[in-house]
Amino acid sequence: MIEVRNIQKSFGDKTVIHNVSAVMKAGQCNLIIGTSGSGKTVLMKCMVGLFDPDHGEVLYSGQNFTEMSPEAKTEIRKEIGMLFQGSALFDSQTVEQNVMFPLDMFTKWPHSKKLERVNEVLARVNIVDANKKYPAELSGGMKKRVALARAIVLNPKYLFCDEPNSGLDPQTSLVIDKLIQEITKEFNITTVVNTHDMNSVMEIGNYILYMYQGHKEWEGNNREIIFSKNQRLNEFIFASEFLKDAKEMRMLEETGRIPNHRNLDDTQK
Amino acid sequence: MTIFSDIGRYLLMIKGMFSRPENGRMYWKEFMHQCTEIGIGALGIVAIISVFIGAVSTLQTAYQLISPLIPLSTIAQIVRDTVILEFAPTLTCIVLAGVIGSKIASELGNMRVSEQIDALEIMGINTKAYLVLPKILAGLLMIPFLVIIAMALGIWGGRVAAISANIISGNIYDKGLHEGFKAYNVFFALAKGYTFAFIISSIPAFYGYYVKGGALEIGRSSTKAVVVSCILILFSDYILSALLL
Repeated sequence: MIEVRNIQKSFGDKTVIHNVSAVMKAGQCNLIIGTSGSGKTVLMKCMVGLFDPDHGEVLYSGQNFTEMSPEAKTEIRKEIGMLFQGSALFDSQTVEQNVMFPLDMFTKWPHSKKLERVNEVLARVNIVDANKKYPAELSGGMKKRVALARAIVLNPKYLFCDEPNSGLDPQTSLVIDKLIQEITKEFNITTVVNTHDMNSVMEIGNYILYMYQGHKEWEGNNREIIFSKNQRLNEFIFASEFLKDAKEMRMLEETGRIPNHRNLDDTQK
Repeated sequence: MTIFSDIGRYLLMIKGMFSRPENGRMYWKEFMHQCTEIGIGALGIVAIISVFIGAVSTLQTAYQLISPLIPLSTIAQIVRDTVILEFAPTLTCIVLAGVIGSKIASELGNMRVSEQIDALEIMGINTKAYLVLPKILAGLLMIPFLVIIAMALGIWGGRVAAISANIISGNIYDKGLHEGFKAYNVFFALAKGYTFAFIISSIPAFYGYYVKGGALEIGRSSTKAVVVSCILILFSDYILSALLL
């Protein structure tokens, strides 16, 4: 479990995170959503320690990460895996070397055991026959999956995914979402996903934190979001007519009625 | 104010490099990789420059020594001392600042911009120690070695030019090389080599490590790294000459 308490972060005179608190449980996908510039990435970087918050605390399973010594932080970081927006694979290394890198650095396993583990996680993310390829030879979706394999190769307790679907087509995005969801449940990981992909919100959002201009605007899950009356959230989530229709269809399925001005016939067309 | 802030961050980067390695074997592997990149990677250009510098020195010294009272072997002495004292350490290192410095700055800059450095930090790796320290240590090991090669090739290039242009014979050139040789000059050249090696590896590493932005900024930081390295090499060349000669 990761707990964020009253996190505040400023850059110069501009405060980008205002007293945000949240509890993110293990075994579920915790989503941070919001428009570009709402502070999602800064919040995530504060959580993993890439930024030091001005105020507030981040607790990993009750341990105060913010106040830890650099050595203790290093120990916690060994339990963290992170999937970056641009994949962040090492250009000069092959797929196999990329995934093996954390094992090389933090284990004393024999090469055969490391290779076995690498192949296991690559198979888990559906990457086959690409061990000797370089990142430049991979598609965007494959890069994300290799990066996910590298993030989980040490069996992390916490997985952070920064915009895992950015630059991917909807079908590949669904594959990545499903993988993240399955891995989260399979290994009981506390997963934090930073996204503005609505499919992800609806598919994997066990817990959703909506950020608006650096503030926590709303929190709930992917069922509650349908019925939320928060205007800013609704404007963000259901920005297009298509998504508004989808929301109403979902409400209809759940409750049998649509509580707004639209008539039923229109939504069923 | 930026210059003081930069100096402060540079010193913090140097301080941050010294921590217990997460895995000594991986650090050694990275060090050896950097030795290959810096040493072998720059050997070709160093060899070409040194041979031609030595050859040109011989031709120009012979052109200026027109007095029949000065023995011809003096040409070899002048070429030897010029190459050892100045051309091999300073000129070679200025070229290396361009070759190695831009490579280090752009490599680290690309890693920063594409979040590879963040990825290493998240894994719990001290990136200053893992990425910067091996480059500086490899520079300190390989650049003085390249300076020694440059000395030898420069003097040899001078000999080849002297013989092929019929200025002096090989025997006279060799005789001149042995006359008035001071081992201290080699020590001085190596002192400069170590100083310049630190500049060539650490300054570009600083500019690359702290780059912000995208491809344009990587290019800018790489250029800035080379320019600052060259200025510092020339400045420290003057200081060392004033102190040690």
